[in-house]
Amino acid sequence: MITNFFEGIGAYALLMTKVFRRPDRWKLFYRALVKEIQLLGLDSIGIVVILSVFMGGVVTIQTAFQLSDDPLIPTYYIAMATRESITLEFSPTVVSLILAGKVGSNVASSLGTMRVSEQIDALEVMGVNSASFLILPKIVAQLLFNPILIIMSLFLGLWGGAMAGDLLGLVPFEESIMGYRLEFIPFENAFYALIKTVVFAFIIGSVSAYSGYTVKGGAVEVGVASTNAVVRSCLAIILANYLLTDLILTS
Amino acid sequence: MIQAKGIIKSFGENHVLKGVDVDFYPGKTNLIIGRSGSGKTVFLKTILGLFEPDGGSIHYGEEVLGEMSKQRRKTLRQEIGMVFQGGALFDSMSVAENIRFPLEMFSTMTEHEKDARVKFVMDRVRLEGADKLFPSEISGGMQKRVSIARAISMNPNYLFCDEPNSGLDPETAIVIDQLIQEITHEFGMTTIVNTHDMNSVLEIGDHVVFMKEGHKVWEGTNDQVLGSTNADVEDYVFKSKLFKQVRTALRK
Repeated sequence: MITNFFEGIGAYALLMTKVFRRPDRWKLFYRALVKEIQLLGLDSIGIVVILSVFMGGVVTIQTAFQLSDDPLIPTYYIAMATRESITLEFSPTVVSLILAGKVGSNVASSLGTMRVSEQIDALEVMGVNSASFLILPKIVAQLLFNPILIIMSLFLGLWGGAMAGDLLGLVPFEESIMGYRLEFIPFENAFYALIKTVVFAFIIGSVSAYSGYTVKGGAVEVGVASTNAVVRSCLAIILANYLLTDLILTS
Repeated sequence: MIQAKGIIKSFGENHVLKGVDVDFYPGKTNLIIGRSGSGKTVFLKTILGLFEPDGGSIHYGEEVLGEMSKQRRKTLRQEIGMVFQGGALFDSMSVAENIRFPLEMFSTMTEHEKDARVKFVMDRVRLEGADKLFPSEISGGMQKRVSIARAISMNPNYLFCDEPNSGLDPETAIVIDQLIQEITHEFGMTTIVNTHDMNSVLEIGDHVVFMKEGHKVWEGTNDQVLGSTNADVEDYVFKSKLFKQVRTALRK
């Protein structure tokens, strides 16, 4: 099992060396990139919107539940704690985990299907670097669009938190805004969130592409690869999250 | 011309090719036949360069495949067309886009020239009016014709076909076989067809190679195959009732 793990890491690294090559035709690369941004990015907006608004609401309610017993704590501190939670952890990590499920399974199953139906062989026979042609646009699309999704998620999460606080009478909307602005260091937390997002985007794109691209067999194996893509991406995100948090916040 | 000299290929303890020597001639449909597991597909993929042989050499004209630079291998691939067993069409692209793909990728043609070339090959394989359809919207026979059209769009010197008429009804299979032979003769390509269909062998086998357990055991033409005295070929060819009756009729 340990040997398999290290063989897998080696195969993944070798695949990445094939992926990051200059595209044969930039025109086809840009065309594929636009398509991937549509498929992997724009089509994920809906789920990110819903998730972020409700996530913000839940974080506000839970924070209020913890802090509201103490009359000495001003209610806008609830909003401030919500801001920190959403910015530092919930938006970049939870949304990336959800995207790993949605996008990762899509990437792995589409590449796996191409592999078992010999479409990847067809590209190789033509002399096309199939790894670069198929995977690079997917990774670049994730790297470009996931930060946009996360920034959107940050705003929506904060808005959802403020709305939930106001509607449930926990924190008035104006106090939420005050709390969000309290001791806010522009760019520091957002910078941390975006670094995490970019790393997670690379993990989602590359790990799920590796799972799909290396499929051997038929339809059952494509299904297994799709599941593996989600599991591996999520595990890698959780591990990277720990390392990045330790590196950035404690240094 | 493609020459395979003493090709050996193993996967672990499984020795698939045990020293195969074959010459494949230009302007002819060269057929590789044999039972499942005889090593046909591995042989075809080794000639294509998808597998590296453990021993022996593949010669494309005067050049040895194993000694070519990466760049030369890449350009050689642009001289190769391949028809896969399942068609291997890109399902996110329409028929015309599939055929146009190699031109977009490798040619220096203008857009107008590409359009003209796509139209030419589509007409050549009788696919008029199917340009906007997607692979999932067309029949198996049409998919094979699209695959052939894509394979010849770059005007290749070499055409490889892996079981080109598997899964097709007999009438469509003959149409595909004849199409492969016609374009081979017309463009003077070196065509190698991997098949186990005896109808194909008799229909288009300008040069037939019979493989068994990783060895070439017989070669000849489609006219010679029915009269072969090689026990393995006889056993393979006359396995079906139909061909047994043909043999009886021939002997009478």
